[in-house]
Amino acid sequence: MSQSPTSLSPTADAWRRLRRNPIAVVCGIYIVLLLVAALGANLFTRYAYDFQDTQRYLNNPSPPDANHWLGTDALGRDVFSRLLFGARVSLGVTAVVVVIEALIGITLGLFAGYRGGKTDLYLMRLTDIMFAFPDLLLAILLSAIVRSGSEALPGWLSLGTLFFALGVVGWPSMARLVRGQTLALREKEFIEAARATGVPERDILLRHLLPNLSGPIIVQVTQDVAAVVLAEATLSFLNLGVQPPFPSWGRMIYSSLNDMAAKPYLLIVPSLALAITVMAVNFLGDALRDAFDPRLRE
Amino acid sequence: MLTFIVKRILLAIPSLLAISFLVFLVARLAPSGPVEIIAGDKATPAVVAQLKHEYGLDKPVLVQYLNYVTGIVTRGDLGKSFQRGGQPITEMFRADFPVTVQLAWQALLFAILVGIPIGIFAALFHNSWFDRLAMMIVVALVSIPSIVLGPLLVMVLALQFHLLPIDGWSSPLHTLLPTITLGARSAAMLARFMRSSLLDVLRQDYIRTAIAKGYSRGRAVWKHGIKNALLPVLTVMGTVFGALLSGSFVVETIFRVPGIGFESINSISKRDYPVIQGMALLVAVLYIAINLIIDILYGVIDPRIRSQENPR
Repeated sequence: MSQSPTSLSPTADAWRRLRRNPIAVVCGIYIVLLLVAALGANLFTRYAYDFQDTQRYLNNPSPPDANHWLGTDALGRDVFSRLLFGARVSLGVTAVVVVIEALIGITLGLFAGYRGGKTDLYLMRLTDIMFAFPDLLLAILLSAIVRSGSEALPGWLSLGTLFFALGVVGWPSMARLVRGQTLALREKEFIEAARATGVPERDILLRHLLPNLSGPIIVQVTQDVAAVVLAEATLSFLNLGVQPPFPSWGRMIYSSLNDMAAKPYLLIVPSLALAITVMAVNFLGDALRDAFDPRLRE
Repeated sequence: MLTFIVKRILLAIPSLLAISFLVFLVARLAPSGPVEIIAGDKATPAVVAQLKHEYGLDKPVLVQYLNYVTGIVTRGDLGKSFQRGGQPITEMFRADFPVTVQLAWQALLFAILVGIPIGIFAALFHNSWFDRLAMMIVVALVSIPSIVLGPLLVMVLALQFHLLPIDGWSSPLHTLLPTITLGARSAAMLARFMRSSLLDVLRQDYIRTAIAKGYSRGRAVWKHGIKNALLPVLTVMGTVFGALLSGSFVVETIFRVPGIGFESINSISKRDYPVIQGMALLVAVLYIAINLIIDILYGVIDPRIRSQENPR
């Protein structure tokens, strides 16, 4: 595909403007570094996230020193390890949930918008029902009830309930967005031309409509990422999310509350990690929205 | 107007049924039933069967659900708690609900008093240092969850400087930290929205006309700008209220505020799910009611909407 500098595709143009935005670049670099740290957590840490260093330290939690860069928690576990592995868990959960949300939301939104009529009516009534309840609260309820039956959920199953609770809750805003955009595009000439030349519906949806929706979808995905990171941390804080032995930033914050006068670093470290991450995603989302906004194009 | 209200209330019924059925069904699908939980491991099958009969759990799920809904509609009965010696759930809500309402109300007031003026000044001094700073703080506040903000406020204001109590709900001073923690995010949302709304209004011709007529800029903004800019802000109040409602669960847990949220989270850890079901229904009713009131207010304030046939 050859491109002259004067005619860039909308995505290429957005990318170009994004790179010129210093805030977006800083946030992007932070997110990439965080991803690297999360994926390579076992390479960058000296201790396993559940290793209790009680030999060397009789008094836990202990403050930061040369061995444990961010100190140890009340059980003698390395805070730095738990922070990085916590990022892995948190970002992993977020990735899965956002993919679930996007798949459901985009599929339903495309069908509702393109087919219209009864399909549209029923699908939108469904999103109305979902909107009749605050998101986070529904996620709290669902995960509360799912896990209410069993004493201690094994770690992996606790992740499963998180995927379920957060995935069920998050898709309607994506569905609504995609539907609205599809409605607007449906009547355009290029879709009509595709229809007239007998392009099958599946191809119209996937090859003609979807690529033209990439801008708004990317912006919505960024917002979903921020929301899911927050929701996961909050659920884990309430002991409804990630279960031991897996570390989670939300749970680390909760565990620090009892002793925060004496050991403030146990609170500050995961708090900063969580707040900075969400902030970076939010700033990047704002920058993306500006970058994809055709009204701001030069 | 009346047909509009009736129509909206009728439309809310399927939503309520769907939410309550979803929660009801998921609860019944949980791996081990509530009776096994109450009775414990040592209970004989006869005891379990007796308990199941007592709570009506020996009937098919759909019959149970119908009984539940009938109980609510005819007697206002949300069922009994599995714990707390079988205390009726309505009784429990009557005690805890006012606390949550007070917290939500104060947080909303805080959000409006802080967020709206900041939004107004940011719009009036668009692109000034104040605007930029305010918007940076807004994005920061939107990004800082209450599970971070709450403990940090406690650490600084309560533990470091001993200005405020750490937790509890026994005096107006006690309500200050929970209120700020809950309201901060909403204040940021309102500020951002008020700013963009007022910026839109300030570009309108009627503002230019008012100034051309000889109004000072301040008077034009005050008389024509702010009133019109507040209208779209009203539409996000539903979202703000939803955020406050969900947020109160977290904030009540952080500060041990004896409201619905705190008690529900307690019930969750005790697997007391009649309470969870009742709470889900209460929250859904509240949320739908608030959104309905906002829509009605919207129609009252803006005559253009009232004149349309279908105000949705």
